[in-house]
Amino acid sequence: MRPDLKIIADLVNPGARVLDLGCGEGELLAGLRAEKQVNGYGLDVDPDNIAICVGKGVNVIEQNLDQGLANFPDDSFDMVVMTETLQSVRMPVLVLDEMLRIGQECIVTFPNFGHWRSRWHLLLKGRMPMARHLPHDWHDTPNIHLCTVKDFERLVRDKGLRIIQRFVAGADHRNRPLMNLMPNLFGAIAFYRLGRPPCSR
Amino acid sequence: MARDFAHEGSVGIVTPQRLRVPGEFGLQCGESLDGFELVFETYGQLNAARSNAVLVCHALSGSHHAAGYHAEADAKPGWWDACIGPGKALDTDRLFVVSPNNLGGCHGSTGPATVDPATGEAFGPAFPAVTVKDWVRSQALLADHLGIERFAAVVGGSLGGMQALQWAIDEPARVGAAVLIASAAKLSAQNIAFNEIARQAITSDPNYLAGRFRSADANPEQGLGLARMIGHVTYLSDSGMGQKFGRELKSGNLSTARGVEFQVESYLRHQGRSFARRFDANTYLLMTRALDLFDPAGECGGDLVAALRRAQSDFLVLSFSTDWRFSAARSKEIVDALIAAGKNVVSAVIDSAHGHDSFLLPLPRYVGVLKAYMDRLAAAAEAGSADAS
Repeated sequence: MRPDLKIIADLVNPGARVLDLGCGEGELLAGLRAEKQVNGYGLDVDPDNIAICVGKGVNVIEQNLDQGLANFPDDSFDMVVMTETLQSVRMPVLVLDEMLRIGQECIVTFPNFGHWRSRWHLLLKGRMPMARHLPHDWHDTPNIHLCTVKDFERLVRDKGLRIIQRFVAGADHRNRPLMNLMPNLFGAIAFYRLGRPPCSR
Repeated sequence: MARDFAHEGSVGIVTPQRLRVPGEFGLQCGESLDGFELVFETYGQLNAARSNAVLVCHALSGSHHAAGYHAEADAKPGWWDACIGPGKALDTDRLFVVSPNNLGGCHGSTGPATVDPATGEAFGPAFPAVTVKDWVRSQALLADHLGIERFAAVVGGSLGGMQALQWAIDEPARVGAAVLIASAAKLSAQNIAFNEIARQAITSDPNYLAGRFRSADANPEQGLGLARMIGHVTYLSDSGMGQKFGRELKSGNLSTARGVEFQVESYLRHQGRSFARRFDANTYLLMTRALDLFDPAGECGGDLVAALRRAQSDFLVLSFSTDWRFSAARSKEIVDALIAAGKNVVSAVIDSAHGHDSFLLPLPRYVGVLKAYMDRLAAAAEAGSADAS
């Protein structure tokens, strides 16, 4: 399994009901089924991805996140996962709200715009940062809502959400000690396991 | 020179078979039939473990002739030849496909056009109302006859998808996967309205003769043709018709407004006429009524999730972007209920300009998803067969 998906898989309890938003080729769900008896569902809109998921026997549903998740009832999943997709949805806060309405907990990962390479790129070259974890040119990027670790944590604090676990990694999805010390400077990809505000229901 | 059917990806020449089921067959409406016959075709070979059978259920105007040709000179193959054949989505090199004509149909199974032995005349309007549940029970008897305990999949589009859904609910142990294409868990008011207009067109034709037209050697061709024209328009999309016909004229002159006939008018009239010559008006009434009545959630107080909990099968639910007769939203309702019921489900909304009729067409993405899904089932059936031998 891809290293970042392995990190996420480790956070999912065996037998949990899992919804994967933007499930891509279904690798996480296929892995969870094989290793944790998790029979989850994935949403995606890419025809090629859907065909690949079908071939793997993954429960893939063609649905566009930007058209909402109103069809999923409250508390219908134990865990809702979204991997490096937050930055490309039209309304990230709404999606985050929906994830914690549908699921007891959620796992969100995103590329950290505060990484030193991004800062360096902008400072020295005066151009929109590009890096291994941010490979697109400004005019053809799907990433319309990039943020830093600090930005995200501020949002989480404002919304009163619980951070159950936080984890940062390099573009290769591996963690190194320096990253934990200064996550916003040295983490390329951030992982958050979030819960609802205490006593929200 | 003989045609190279295998090269065309065709099952080749097929011969319909017939099953006679003796004894009383009680129907949901309370009436019963004194035995009945089903005509059906099969494609491919049933494996030793009997694990590779797939039931194909037809839609309103379909028949048992789903693939291949009845004679080498036939211009057109069966109605779903795009998806059934060697190497196709329903790969007859791996799967054993069973395709019956529904009870109440007019292609050889017992129906309104059949002679009632009690009277010596066609059943006509006296043929009892048949429901999707009745079809499932009759098809289950065909499965018994063929020695098929469990279908790897039950597959259908439109009204056929409704049968697949009912199979999953009524015969949970006998369905591995239900494949629902351009279907719905129940008809909307608009959809019933179109059916009622079609029925009124038929019954108000003077040649309908209260359904006894066969005895008078008549046919309500005008009414049945009109019913088909209405249906046909709803099976296409605005953009699809625009692409196919635009405002092309068949004859006449727009500037003088004389003798104007648009291509689309001529096409529809031809469709209506040729349909009316080959289809039974009473079967059309019966089939549209079965569509209207279908509502498996009804048995659970309108709760589709509760109805689906009984199912043990996996599900594939496909819909088409421009289908407005059985819209993608209707399929979405089924998918949401399946997720809520905790069932395995795959769903895709195929981009297509061809409306409801898309399910009959060889659209690459549609056929690709269907084939990927069916190939997995075929592989599982083969693995099961290897275990059994």
